[in-house]
Amino acid sequence: MNLTEHLPILVVIIPLMTAPLCVLLDHPRLAWFAALASSWVSFAAAISLVMQVSAQGPISYWLGGWEPPWGIEYRIDVLASYVLLIVTAMAALVLIFAKESVQKEIPEQRIAYFYAAFMLAFAGLAGIVATGDAFNVFVFLEISSLATYALISMGKDRRALNASFTYLVMGTIGATFILIGIGSLYMMTGTLNMLDLAERLPEVADTRTVRAGFAFLTVGIGLKLALFPLHLWLPNAYAYAPSMVSAFLAATATKVAIYLLLRAILVIFGIDFSLGLMPLDNLLLVLGLIGMLSASLVAVYQRDIKRLFAYSSVAQIGYMVLGVGLANATGITSTILHLFNHALMKGALFIALGAVAYRIGSTTLKDFSGLGRQMPFTMAGIVAGGLSLIGIPPSVGFISKWYLVLATLEQNLWPVALLVLFGSFLAVIYVWKLVEAAYFGEPDDTRTIREAPLSMLAPLWILVIANFYFGIHTDLTVGLATQATSALTGGGG
Amino acid sequence: MIAIAIIRLRDLFAIVILFGIYSFLTAVLFMDLDAVDVAFTEAAVGAGVTTVLMLSSLYLTSRWEAAPRHSSFLPLLVVIITGAVLVYSTLDAPLYGDPSAPVHQHVAPRYIQKGPTEVGMPNMVTAVLASYRGYDTFGETFVIFTAGLGVMLLLGVQKPHKPRPELNTIEDEIVLKVVVKLLIPLILLYGLYVQFHGDFGAGGGFQAGVIFATGFILYDLAFGEKEVRKVVPAHWLPRLAALGVLIYGGVGVISLLNNKPFLDYSALAHDPVHGQHLGVLLVELGVGITVFSVILLIFYVLANRRRQS
Repeated sequence: MNLTEHLPILVVIIPLMTAPLCVLLDHPRLAWFAALASSWVSFAAAISLVMQVSAQGPISYWLGGWEPPWGIEYRIDVLASYVLLIVTAMAALVLIFAKESVQKEIPEQRIAYFYAAFMLAFAGLAGIVATGDAFNVFVFLEISSLATYALISMGKDRRALNASFTYLVMGTIGATFILIGIGSLYMMTGTLNMLDLAERLPEVADTRTVRAGFAFLTVGIGLKLALFPLHLWLPNAYAYAPSMVSAFLAATATKVAIYLLLRAILVIFGIDFSLGLMPLDNLLLVLGLIGMLSASLVAVYQRDIKRLFAYSSVAQIGYMVLGVGLANATGITSTILHLFNHALMKGALFIALGAVAYRIGSTTLKDFSGLGRQMPFTMAGIVAGGLSLIGIPPSVGFISKWYLVLATLEQNLWPVALLVLFGSFLAVIYVWKLVEAAYFGEPDDTRTIREAPLSMLAPLWILVIANFYFGIHTDLTVGLATQATSALTGGGG
Repeated sequence: MIAIAIIRLRDLFAIVILFGIYSFLTAVLFMDLDAVDVAFTEAAVGAGVTTVLMLSSLYLTSRWEAAPRHSSFLPLLVVIITGAVLVYSTLDAPLYGDPSAPVHQHVAPRYIQKGPTEVGMPNMVTAVLASYRGYDTFGETFVIFTAGLGVMLLLGVQKPHKPRPELNTIEDEIVLKVVVKLLIPLILLYGLYVQFHGDFGAGGGFQAGVIFATGFILYDLAFGEKEVRKVVPAHWLPRLAALGVLIYGGVGVISLLNNKPFLDYSALAHDPVHGQHLGVLLVELGVGITVFSVILLIFYVLANRRRQS
């Protein structure tokens, strides 16, 4: 077997097949180890895919040996390999953190099943990214969504059930809309392959069926990516889910949805149709801005820190959508950059919050009082992640914001640029709230709190360092993002 | 009409039964559209098993729906807009049965013309499902597996317990018991037929798994759980479900080991068409096992809850 040839499929099926394996093992530690090992293998595969794709161009892999459009195609281009890298890296890091955290938060006899569900969620996301077939997207979306609902419902708080149910209803509506959209495209073109769709759509683009299909597809994806005003499921889902699930979802799930949005509007429909013919660019611009500002404002008033950062995620999605709405190459580059950068900061922040939850049991603002002295490394991690969130150089947050502001100025939309800066100002406020409590609040002397275990600090600090490393050495991320953008906007993937 | 009745009613029991009728009507509609395989699935899953499962979960909660707290204006508006967009979108759609529609022009002709020779089976729906788009079916099997896993995570992993035969049994209904006894061998036999005859006629692993599980559930309902659990103990089911998807995936891994793309069945035998046959048979078996065990598992878990409450 020639390994390099089969990398596209291995990235997905290794975690996927680990899920039933975890069920068969039915042993907490073994299941964790299987999950960890396979996610690192998958990560390694993603790294070599990135190298392979940037050296040789897109890879097409024919599943079952049938050539597209008859069979299903896996198509890895620069953007896909880049998002795969994010997803697998976050899974690999979160799983290191998971061992202690899951042991504490999940009942012993359910841990193996819990890891199985996690691997399904992970593999589902990877499958969405890797595939070049529109219906296959839906299938893997179902896998990852179902697994995610189950994972969220495992939160200790009873409200996790409610949050999970809300997400289930909203997510199912989103998935159904996506399916209707794919169905109408199939009806008009007779194909499900994305590139084939892109080729055949212009002919029939001026029909109501295609336009309605486009609307269904974008609204469905909008639900999945928590685009304002379809974001209501997200804060509770992130706040009440088990720590490791919040960390993984915050760093990956919405990123994959953004990726799907980019795929749909830029590859399948083409930039001229989506952002020119249809008024999607203005819509995304306005919704992105409102989402960014309103969610940041709400975040300022949150008492639970996990919810605070969940609202901040909605705001960050606003930045990414804004980048797409600007409809120029720099804007799209900034979105793609922010996919990676936001995964780094939110991954770090939610892992740190998980560490706090591990030691204290909850994450309300009151609990943070004086934590700066009791858990110095964890809190320093949160501060560093927060700085990156605000966008202070030399962090990665600065790089994304820089490109976003450049893109707005290119379009002569300086009011938008000002609003983006105002959004950063709001981020300063809510991060400061936390810093104030942690470093200037009086510690509660009745409790003794130790620093988080090394298995939590290690992934946290890897991410924190990455936040600043990629802020200084921008060649890799900016290089890949520009390559991806030019592939996306230059017709076809 | 039935859908409207479902929304208006507050009696959940009646709603579940109406859902069954609704599914059955949908199945008839699918038949009318010449989609036999889909109709089969809808009848077995929608009208059959889901009704039983919904009734089981109904047993756990209450029969009457609580009065809604929110105004239903916004959802209604969303539904009306969605419906309007759907109607709008069909205005330009090709007519039903129009042979020049894109659907019939592009990908489908090859499935119809070459399917029998390339994959070597008369039922082209099975050929498309299990071979041309076999990876989608692989994904769908994982969806089923995920659903089972989700139920296990939510409602609890089953601990071995002492079955209590007196519960769950219909003691005096002799007629019912005799009818069930007569029916079950037929149901199971039919399940096997559907499983292995999917290459030629309508059916396949999905439907077979459902039918097979229905047989077990029926027996459980009529005679109590003791006997059924002797045949299939509850703690086997998650493992069986995992085994099913592993069989499907295993076929793909064999293709990989032979340096063929994932799920390329021609790697399984020297003659490609022969390989296709074997591959489809194996993956359908995997699907059947997973579907069967997940459905029975959900039923067991619900029944277990019932006993605790």
